Amino acid sequence: MTDNRGAAPPAIELIGVDKSFGPVHANKNVNLRVERGVIHGIVGENGAGKSTLMSILYGFYEADAGEIRVNGEVVRIRSSREAISHGIGMVHQHFMLVPPLSVLENVMLGAEGGPLLARGAAAVRARLAHLAKEYALEVDPDAIVGDLSVGLQQRVEILKALVRGAEILVLDEPTAVLTPSEADQLFEMLRVLKSQNKTIVFITHKLREIMSLTDRVSVMRRGEMVGTFETAATSPPELADAMVGRKVILKIDKGPAHPGAVVLEARALSVQDDRGVTRLSDVSFTLRAGEILGIAGVAGNGQSELLEALSGIRPLSAGEIWLNGAVLPAWAREPKAMRRHGVGHVPEDRHRVGLIMPFEACESGMLGFHDEKVYGAGVLFDRAAIVADEAAKMEAYDIRPRAPLLRTANFSGGNQQKIVLAREIERNPAVILVGQPTRGVDIGAIEFIHKRIVAMRDAGKAVLLVSVELDEIFALADRIVVLCGGRVTGERRPEETNARDLGLLMAGVAERAA
Amino acid sequence: MEIFDSLVVIFASAIRLGVPLILACIAGLWSERSGVVDIGLEGKMLTGAFAAAVVATFTGSAWAGLLAGVTASVAVSLIHGYASIDQRANQIVSGTAINMVADGMTALIGNAIWSQGGRTPQLPDSALFQPISLPFEAALAPVPILGPIYSHLISHHDLITYFAFAIAPLTYWALYSTRFGLRLRAVGENPAAVDTAGLSVRGLRYGAVMICGVLVGLSGVYLSLAQAAYFQPHMSAGKGFIALAALVFAKWRPWPALATCLLFGFLDALSIRMQGAVIPGLGEVPVQAIQALPYVMTVVLLAGFIGKAIPPKASGVPYVKER
Repeated sequence: MTDNRGAAPPAIELIGVDKSFGPVHANKNVNLRVERGVIHGIVGENGAGKSTLMSILYGFYEADAGEIRVNGEVVRIRSSREAISHGIGMVHQHFMLVPPLSVLENVMLGAEGGPLLARGAAAVRARLAHLAKEYALEVDPDAIVGDLSVGLQQRVEILKALVRGAEILVLDEPTAVLTPSEADQLFEMLRVLKSQNKTIVFITHKLREIMSLTDRVSVMRRGEMVGTFETAATSPPELADAMVGRKVILKIDKGPAHPGAVVLEARALSVQDDRGVTRLSDVSFTLRAGEILGIAGVAGNGQSELLEALSGIRPLSAGEIWLNGAVLPAWAREPKAMRRHGVGHVPEDRHRVGLIMPFEACESGMLGFHDEKVYGAGVLFDRAAIVADEAAKMEAYDIRPRAPLLRTANFSGGNQQKIVLAREIERNPAVILVGQPTRGVDIGAIEFIHKRIVAMRDAGKAVLLVSVELDEIFALADRIVVLCGGRVTGERRPEETNARDLGLLMAGVAERAA
Repeated sequence: MEIFDSLVVIFASAIRLGVPLILACIAGLWSERSGVVDIGLEGKMLTGAFAAAVVATFTGSAWAGLLAGVTASVAVSLIHGYASIDQRANQIVSGTAINMVADGMTALIGNAIWSQGGRTPQLPDSALFQPISLPFEAALAPVPILGPIYSHLISHHDLITYFAFAIAPLTYWALYSTRFGLRLRAVGENPAAVDTAGLSVRGLRYGAVMICGVLVGLSGVYLSLAQAAYFQPHMSAGKGFIALAALVFAKWRPWPALATCLLFGFLDALSIRMQGAVIPGLGEVPVQAIQALPYVMTVVLLAGFIGKAIPPKASGVPYVKER
């Protein structure tokens, strides 16, 4: 391929980039061309090699082979410092900020402009004021970063890159931590930057964002670059195909629900968090056998506390939980008792709550049920039975690799989630609480997990699904309850609502008379 | 007037007892603000005191002793740094090892050379850091109140003491007004942020660990070449740990660190002064209770009764680049 003479060279060109970590071939002969002044999306499943590729571009790793060109020039990038000097800025998924320091100090870090801070601080302050005007990136330079909202913290990250003179901005899964309105603001910001001829590389696994924001999109799959498309000329199914390499049903096939008797009922639940702040107030709903009740809401609006309350982890400050027509006394509302009552729980945060990362898969696969007879009741475990049990679950849930003795941490996100799911579902609970079942899970596993959830419903189980992904709620739920600020702001049936309507409820806009 | 005089004496003694605490505490501050927990202050203080006494004995020079004490302490700091920064070892284990080795080795070597149970020979005044008189001491002496305060509290200290009092403001300035200080504060909180800003986490932490070595070495030099005139096994007597307690109490900030060390020095001076004193109706003053106060106060603070002591977030956590 030859460049057109006279045309500007691409902002970034990666040619034949190859990178292995031991036996893992993270990037295989990757070619990528990002034109200047565009928003270029990179999509792929978790573990497809997107982040590795960007880490190579930002000098975190050096490629084993291949060439990087910035603005047509061949460069070697061996450190973040060199990447910065070539005008590349990166906004990491986990912010690289120092929470106790001020915005100004964070922005200055590494670009102080001299051994004493005073002069540099004045210059950076002026630069921030200028950027605030030029790109509408307002933020108080003296605010402590740890006090800022996540959206503002991300803005600080972007400012850090711009102050360092970044012409090329790489954002790694920037919307993972944002509320929908914050995400919209981010997109607006990125469009402004693009209009100023900045180049933006946007990494995500959300196709909706690719479609609404990007000009071009490159798809990665298992370490390889499988194609680059003009966004306008492609469609989500086509991209999903390219990501997974086979047809994926984004819309899950599910028949109508046949709700039975009320199994679980929450009556005026109120819950406080560890600091005594009320997180859930006066929440009531019913859950029937054979239905999936979706709890929608922006993350942090009481969903976590609801799951914790229903699974017995967190005490109620007021309200009652009814199970099979009887109220549960306080002593029966603790995790072990709830499990005995037939309430399974797939926690939202599998890393923190669901699994113990250094444990072998078979050990993580029996957490909380370790005193059951199958594992050898009494003092000693029956190790052979534990391993055999996990091996059977790995087969049934297609957990890869099929290695019950492998450390939990060495499984991918999707497979870790399946370990949790298998553990909880195999107990055949009457009620199952499922929190963010597909967070950080690749598309193939999402499909599998969704099918399992629907199968649970069809088997007459009551499923409570908490998810911040509206697509997931729409795909699975038979009924939707929306939480905002710890209160129920509305209840809908999926067929009589839409994303806009739910969005209003999620934002706490008063429910209009139907 | 008698009460005033004894107060001046106690305060003067508090300063003398506070100096090694100040130096060790600010030493720990540098290390821990960079993310390297240093429980080995005690061992480094001993090492510094020993090396200083040995070299001063052989050379007869206080300055040579100081150089030796500081060098030895920095060397031990670098061992801790290598273990903590490069080898990502458990920093508590490394620090504890340093304490044990220093405690044993100083006594062993001292005993091998002089056979006085580890004690080094008494040093002549010329090999010590002597109190220096500031101008006008004699002129002010007759003035009531101001005279004794000037001659006992302000004047008539050795150079290390004046340096110790200067180190808190210097540290404050360095932490908050210099590039190095900003980077240091950042690396103790979130090393990944420092790394992605194109800076060397390793370099910053080694820098901090070396500054720590210099300062805590000085506190050792003070023990053997200013407070006493010899080295004696275990002469640091837990000062390294009290300095750590002071560091927590001061919430890792330089000015409060100075104040806390002086307070702890004052309590120490008070307990010495009260030794054998009898309070009518109560009997002999339990000096152990006063000596325990620094620890009690720190525990009370840690238990959350007086605000909250939040250490630098990355303190004690080796930095590993994420994949």
